[in-house]
Amino acid sequence: MLEIKNLNVSIGDRKILNDFNLTVQDGEVAAIMGPNGTGKSTLSYVIAGRKDYTVETGEVFLDGVNLLELEPDVRAAKGLFLAFQYPLEIPGVATLTFLKAALNAQRKQRGEEELSTPDFMKRVKQASDKLGIKSDMLKRALNVGFSGGEKKRMDILQMALLEPSFGILDETDSGLDIDALRVVAEGVNSLRSPKRGFLVITHYQRLLDYIVPDTVHVMAQGQIVRTGGKELALELEKSGYRDYVTEQAVA
Amino acid sequence: MSAQIIPTRTPAETALAEAFAAAKPALPGGAEVAKLREESFAAFHDAGLPHRRVEAWHYTDLRALMREALPIAPLPAAAAIEALRAEFAGPGALAQRLVLVDGAFAPELSDSMPAGVVVRSLASVLAEGRPDLIALLAGQGLGAKDPIAALNAALMQDGVVIEVAPGAQIAEPINLVYATAASAPSACFTRSLIVVGAGASVRLAETSHGKGARRGQTFGCLVVSVGDGAKFDHTAMVTETVAGSVRLETFIAHVGAEAKFDSFALITGGGLVRRQIFMRFDGADSVASLRGVSLLRGREHADTTLFVEHGAPNCSGRETFKYILDEESTGVFQGKIHVAPHAQKTDGKMLSRALLLSDTAAMNNKPELEIFADDVACGHGATCGGLNVDQLFYLQARGLPFAEAESLLLDAFAGELVDEIENEALVAGFRAEIAKWLSARSKG
Repeated sequence: MLEIKNLNVSIGDRKILNDFNLTVQDGEVAAIMGPNGTGKSTLSYVIAGRKDYTVETGEVFLDGVNLLELEPDVRAAKGLFLAFQYPLEIPGVATLTFLKAALNAQRKQRGEEELSTPDFMKRVKQASDKLGIKSDMLKRALNVGFSGGEKKRMDILQMALLEPSFGILDETDSGLDIDALRVVAEGVNSLRSPKRGFLVITHYQRLLDYIVPDTVHVMAQGQIVRTGGKELALELEKSGYRDYVTEQAVA
Repeated sequence: MSAQIIPTRTPAETALAEAFAAAKPALPGGAEVAKLREESFAAFHDAGLPHRRVEAWHYTDLRALMREALPIAPLPAAAAIEALRAEFAGPGALAQRLVLVDGAFAPELSDSMPAGVVVRSLASVLAEGRPDLIALLAGQGLGAKDPIAALNAALMQDGVVIEVAPGAQIAEPINLVYATAASAPSACFTRSLIVVGAGASVRLAETSHGKGARRGQTFGCLVVSVGDGAKFDHTAMVTETVAGSVRLETFIAHVGAEAKFDSFALITGGGLVRRQIFMRFDGADSVASLRGVSLLRGREHADTTLFVEHGAPNCSGRETFKYILDEESTGVFQGKIHVAPHAQKTDGKMLSRALLLSDTAAMNNKPELEIFADDVACGHGATCGGLNVDQLFYLQARGLPFAEAESLLLDAFAGELVDEIENEALVAGFRAEIAKWLSARSKG
């Protein structure tokens, strides 16, 4: 379960999250929608532990652990996964090497044994077959020269291997054509389980046709301003965000 | 009355003049060689140790950095050779090796060479006085104006002269190994030559044996002549580990027509290192790649200076050098590409990239292009910066602790140039050396 309580975050003088509150239960898929510049990506980065932001007050609990006191790698080992809006290219690091290093770093952090190479390869093969990732792609440098769709599939592959208890998908639909979107969404849907929660951040309703949320939250000016069921996304698609944006935020 | 400026001699310069006067009666070579030595020493003596007002040495002020000149190393004692013989008999010793001990060729520690390769000591070649080899050894104009290359020519004691017969295909690398025997701090002046015959193919790998247990001053020079249609591959592992050491290496390369030339060097610290490379494309349609990685910490200083002359049309040159600079270390990259008027269709690309891991590390870049032909594609680039914070965060968000994420990125940065070496064992050796440097860093 993810609980965000009274979170206030700023960069420099600019306030981005404003007394932000949100709870996502185990097994729940919550969507956050909202116009550009309302702090959606900031929210995901703050939860994952990026250092560019000042957390003024508030708490973020994952299964009862306060994440804000932890380094990003410890947060990951505690079960948090952030699928990036733009997964980074890492030249010179073979994808397989990276996957193994990440998996074993998390296991070590949790006091578990390192995976044997055959065991690791078996898991990678199973997960990558499902996502249509070919083995030669795994030998290439991580995300280098990958298409937008390939990068997103690679992020979902990482999520499948790392088996987090909570996944945040930050604008996962950006840069994807409809076929790639479908593959990525299927990948996410196959990871849905009663024990795993998701926070899906998007500004288009389209993604939510494929990853159907249990709840939809509308975010504006650093706060949740409205909460509803999946039908709220359809309503937003028709009316846009105009009702939720004040003149101040537009300026 | 003519006003003559007599610069003050530093103690190091005075000691070098005394060393030359004392050593020259015993240095190998006939009258021709003696003349070369006198002229070379005069060139050095007139200029003195290069300093910051000498453009090519602006960032490596040797006059200030080299306070003393160490005595020239004596010939290694028999006992020292015996001790090394035991070490070279051990497991893991390099095969097909040529060993220099304190700069002197040690045939008793070296292996016999495959068919098509003839090796002699520099001393015997100088004594024999073959004019063609002596002309090659003198560099044929390359590096002629450099005072340190001249100092080496004046004092060259020994080294190896390797001749690879035309058409010979030498599959395994020839290992040129530098070992030390003298226990007191000392200097050595070596000069080696490899002549790669037309259509031949050979790889030369330079390494140091063991960890230099004493401070030293090494003035090395390697001259390469690559024949038409030949392939020459070269690596150098420059791992000086004793603080206060000075290592000044000159690499002179003449590349013939339709030849392939590939060189990689790893510098991992220890005092002051300068590698200066003088390369000239003498024939058309050749391809050359020069690469290097310097990993520095403490107050280490490493300088790589290139002069690449395109003296023939349609040649391609790739020069890529990377630096990782920690603590108070200093990196220097200078690269000059000169394209002669008739060297049309030259394709030259030079790149220097530095990662600075501390606020007190410094990098000096000076790329230069001098183009006198009108149909060429030449470019250069230089970057300095820290590790990419977005990449670091991405790796951390996947569970890698900060130090591990940093090491992974540094290893990838340096390793990229190593992976281009077309020899798996050498790639593994350089990769291991980089990993060792990184792990010492994360422990420190």
